[in-house]
Amino acid sequence: MTAAQQTAKLKLSGVKKSFGNNHVLQGIDLEIPQGKSLVVIGGSGTGKSVMLKCVLGLIAPDSGSITVDGQETTGLDAHARDKMMAKFGMLFQGGALFDSLSIWENIAFGLIQGRGMDRRQARDIAYEKIVAVGLRAEVGTLFPAELSGGMQKRVSLARAIAANPEIIFFDEPTTGLDPIMADVINELIIKTVRDLGVTALSITHDMASARKIADHVAMIYQGRIVWHGTVDALDKSGNDYVDQFIHGRAEGPITDELKTAHKAV
Amino acid sequence: MCAAIGHTIIQLFRSIGALCLFISRAVTHVFVPPYFPRLIGRQFVDIGYYSLPVVGMTALFTGMVLALQSYTGFTRFNAEGAVAAVVVLSITRELAPVLAGLMVAGRVGASIAAEIGTMRVTEQIDAMTTLSVNPLKYLVAPRLIAGTIMLPILVLIGDIIGVFGGYLVSVYNLGFSPVRYLTQTWDILEYMDVMSGLIKAAVFGFIVTAMGCYHGYNSKRGAQGVGTATTYAVVSSSILILIFNYILTQVFFS
Repeated sequence: MTAAQQTAKLKLSGVKKSFGNNHVLQGIDLEIPQGKSLVVIGGSGTGKSVMLKCVLGLIAPDSGSITVDGQETTGLDAHARDKMMAKFGMLFQGGALFDSLSIWENIAFGLIQGRGMDRRQARDIAYEKIVAVGLRAEVGTLFPAELSGGMQKRVSLARAIAANPEIIFFDEPTTGLDPIMADVINELIIKTVRDLGVTALSITHDMASARKIADHVAMIYQGRIVWHGTVDALDKSGNDYVDQFIHGRAEGPITDELKTAHKAV
Repeated sequence: MCAAIGHTIIQLFRSIGALCLFISRAVTHVFVPPYFPRLIGRQFVDIGYYSLPVVGMTALFTGMVLALQSYTGFTRFNAEGAVAAVVVLSITRELAPVLAGLMVAGRVGASIAAEIGTMRVTEQIDAMTTLSVNPLKYLVAPRLIAGTIMLPILVLIGDIIGVFGGYLVSVYNLGFSPVRYLTQTWDILEYMDVMSGLIKAAVFGFIVTAMGCYHGYNSKRGAQGVGTATTYAVVSSSILILIFNYILTQVFFS
């Protein structure tokens, strides 16, 4: 491992977040080296999305530290947060494309409105990215509602990489797609991460996707990281929670604890 | 019981605080660059131009009904000559701004809340933030500007149409002299009658767009959340219009 790879591009230490009595994150500790792809796996409602939104600054954590390139990001003012956002790209679970804008305008949105780039130059970049994610250039003039789910995911990926970010977040990138389209998206993610040399943080419960796109895998359970290791070590983790989750077993510690909790209620 | 009342009061103050914070932040973005002239122009068309038919129709029939009602009432006191004065003063001071405000609250306030609410639940607002674009500046500020500027223009047009409605009924139905009716209208009208209505309209335009944006922006998950936000936007802006109408009338004419 080189020195550049050992540097933590993104680091979370003791991140906690509660909504009333619901303690969603109970001290997340996580580190992603520069240029690596980390996939966080975990069931629904375990805090994956909340963790991602805390990193992006969409939700303020109650306590803990989140650093990017060693710089603390919690508590940044709006101006500093905007500058920090320029390092990030995000592929949302549902695409989150702007309905009222054409495809090329969606991709160029951050360049034109966020960075004040000339409209014509941003349009050229948008079309370049449309082709890069395997879509035909003619798609650029269509609107999101005219595209299939898989095509919308590709457009969302094109938008995420339009400004050449340093870190890309993927929120359930293959959810709702058929297996073939899911694999196409996985390949695109691998290609994007490799070609751009970016650091990637993905959250998913699709194990096929996790195995394909991850260098490292972490499992989140009840607001804590219960296991963290390389993707090769996933099958020999020795962690009962991980074993139950990756094999999709109905019986195991996760469901046992759920049953106990239901009985207590 | 006391705990429940206390909880409700705390929630009320929390909501008022959140609303004030939202509006103050949004208003700040109205004055701080960058500006989005293209978006403001689009909102002028959406809020102003497309509301013209509904405001115009409301003003026309309100003026016509007002002429009929005041005529039937005033004939009991042999005061039919006051019809023109009643129509023009009622329209310019009260009815045009209030009714236009309520109609725009139904048409525009609901539409803003639904649009921004849908953007919230489909994560489009989060996406905007990750693309270094402030949603308050991009979505809210242009609507506040357009609402505050366009409603007075709509009301001015509504004033003219409302008075014309009264004129039509008075001249063609009640047998008034056209020249005399218009002379009476012009003679009674003062600068402050029109101006007070326009100032009210600007305040109502701000209220409608602010409530639409606030409830849409804070919409909860799902279709039900967007529906609730839309309802809250229309109901709260309608009630605030009536409350502020009283306050402004007290300020202008007491």
